[in-house]
Amino acid sequence: MQIIAQILFVIALVAGIGFFARNIRRIIRNIKLGKEVDRNDNPGERFAKMARIAMGQSKMVRRPLAGALHIIVYLGFIIINIEVLEIIIDGIFGTHRVLSFLGGFYNVLIAAFEVLALLVLVGVILFWTRRNISKLKRFWSREMKGWPKNDANYILYFEMILMILFLTMNAADYQLQLNGAAHYTSEAGIMGSFPISQFLLPIMDGLDNSTLIIIERVAWWAHILGILFFLNYLYYSKHLHILLAFPNVYYSKLTPQGEFNNLEAVKKEVELMMDPNADPFAAPAEGEEDDEPEKFGASDVFDLNQVQLLNAYTCTECGRCTSECPANQTGKKLSPRKIMMDTRDRLEEVGEIVNKKGKYEDDGKQLLDDYIQREELWACTTCNACVEACPVGIDPLSIILDMRRYLVMEQSAAPNELAIAMTNIENNGAPWPYNQMDRLNWAEEK
Amino acid sequence: MADALKVPTMAEYMAEGKKPEVLFWVGCAGSFDDRAKKITKAFVKLLHQAGVDFAVLGTEESCTGDPAKRAGNEFLFQMQAATNIEVLNGYEIKKVVTACPHCFNTLKNEYPSLGGNYEVMHHTQFLKALLNEGRLKVEGGKFKGKKITFHDPCYLGRANNEYEAPRDLLRKLEVELVEMKKCKKNGLCCGAGGGQMFKEPEPGNKDVNLERTEQALEVNPEIIAAGCPFCNTMMTDGIKGKEKEDSVAVMDVAELIANAEDL
Repeated sequence: MQIIAQILFVIALVAGIGFFARNIRRIIRNIKLGKEVDRNDNPGERFAKMARIAMGQSKMVRRPLAGALHIIVYLGFIIINIEVLEIIIDGIFGTHRVLSFLGGFYNVLIAAFEVLALLVLVGVILFWTRRNISKLKRFWSREMKGWPKNDANYILYFEMILMILFLTMNAADYQLQLNGAAHYTSEAGIMGSFPISQFLLPIMDGLDNSTLIIIERVAWWAHILGILFFLNYLYYSKHLHILLAFPNVYYSKLTPQGEFNNLEAVKKEVELMMDPNADPFAAPAEGEEDDEPEKFGASDVFDLNQVQLLNAYTCTECGRCTSECPANQTGKKLSPRKIMMDTRDRLEEVGEIVNKKGKYEDDGKQLLDDYIQREELWACTTCNACVEACPVGIDPLSIILDMRRYLVMEQSAAPNELAIAMTNIENNGAPWPYNQMDRLNWAEEK
Repeated sequence: MADALKVPTMAEYMAEGKKPEVLFWVGCAGSFDDRAKKITKAFVKLLHQAGVDFAVLGTEESCTGDPAKRAGNEFLFQMQAATNIEVLNGYEIKKVVTACPHCFNTLKNEYPSLGGNYEVMHHTQFLKALLNEGRLKVEGGKFKGKKITFHDPCYLGRANNEYEAPRDLLRKLEVELVEMKKCKKNGLCCGAGGGQMFKEPEPGNKDVNLERTEQALEVNPEIIAAGCPFCNTMMTDGIKGKEKEDSVAVMDVAELIANAEDL
């Protein structure tokens, strides 16, 4: 019987991790559909930024309550995972509390896991309350209807259940140890210290050992299967940030937020235009005749760079960007969070086509218009509030700018007044129709 | 002030075989917008007072391309940049000061990779440097004790992490500096950036500048200090929209310093 349980456990473990690995490979493949961008410079500075913002949660705590709750859940998640290690070893080898040889330190560990589990449970319940009872505005925006709202709640329910299972498992185990049940008891005395689950003992006390074993086993199995399920739920949810926040911050922009990249393709064209020796009628150089002219800006996910696509997978839809956005605050359609959600949704759609057909085949859709509306793009003031607000270094502004570039340079589709301002700049060097020769008149005016 | 200001141009300096200490990049708003021209003049007065050897490009100056770039017209931006860089490099400019955070950001961050490498300062940074060097005296004149709040321009603050230079100057004026709830890193945009200055806003339930003006009015300032000609326009319009123009003034930090001493 024991050996069957062990075999089943190994099968579940391999299947869970294998499926997860497949999903990770898909994410990497999809991100690579984007353009390459070199963000391997300054590794020291990048690492320090990752340590500060991703590991150190420095931006999370700018909103103190949400930040504090998040740190509890984050620490709980990392530390309680040490327990998962023991569960896996026990599961494979049929042992019971294999790490208990650590003695006093083991008791400290289990006690810490229990306290954290309770804190996580409280934290997650408060998170749920903020979403569903207090109805914080950023969780009820237009783009949060349906799946995004349910997804967020499923994750919270899941974490609640996992914590309750963990504590139930410990309580039953503790009672079994007290009862001196075979396999659960050690000659060295009680293994583990149970500062939280001891309060569940009154429920366990009257039960016989076989019932307790069933409770312990069910909780144990449900806990580890739940974790494996959750691991695989990540890819289908908004919750990948628990893994991707780290690379995402590492590859985020180090230059001043106000600095927007200068397009290389445009640089070449402008150099040619400014070069008095360039021959405007010259035939393209040998071998370049068939090259497709570079597309300016972005109308679909392929035109974005790989960091922008990583951004999309990393976004956990917290909405801090949107709540800081001046356009959104004043009722415009733009929501930086929606820009990220749309980018990911479109990338997933493209990924599905690749899954089915082996490569992308035009499906008649694109990121622009089918997902992101022009009205959203033109409402942006490029103020960087969204970039500053993101706790994990996502840059929605760069996507907005790249899509504006497509609209203006590929489609000449700027709003009329902007087109006029640009014509003015072109003709007289100022966005207003004043003559450049009048530029110093102010010095004469009294 | 009855006399016209003395504003030397780079061409004049060149003709005399001289080079100024710093180029004052006036910018389009500073050159053409009636409200912004007052800021330009106030800053020139301060430059004169501090004995700064400066020059302007005058008719050789052209838009940096900031609004074009942010509206998505990278071509136009790079054309503007190429033209300006040719002029600036022709005059062998090393140091540039400007009273416009948009020009400041573009010249400082986006020109280098196109061949334009200069030390670029926002006018509040430059004035603070003059103050530290003892060349400019800033002290409580007629604004002493007045309640003033500073509106951070996005392209000075978040974009380039400069929050203190304008505030240090205001403190020197011994004003009562009050902060809006949304300030510094969290400052709310005035609504003009990204080309919005030149177009009607998208449909919504409010204009951004009104939202920001309301935030400023929450702290009951006598003056809203700005460091950007576009913010200045937006906040001035906001104050008018709230019919507060008789009780609340919108002034650039340079104007405050110049007016403190009735320059």
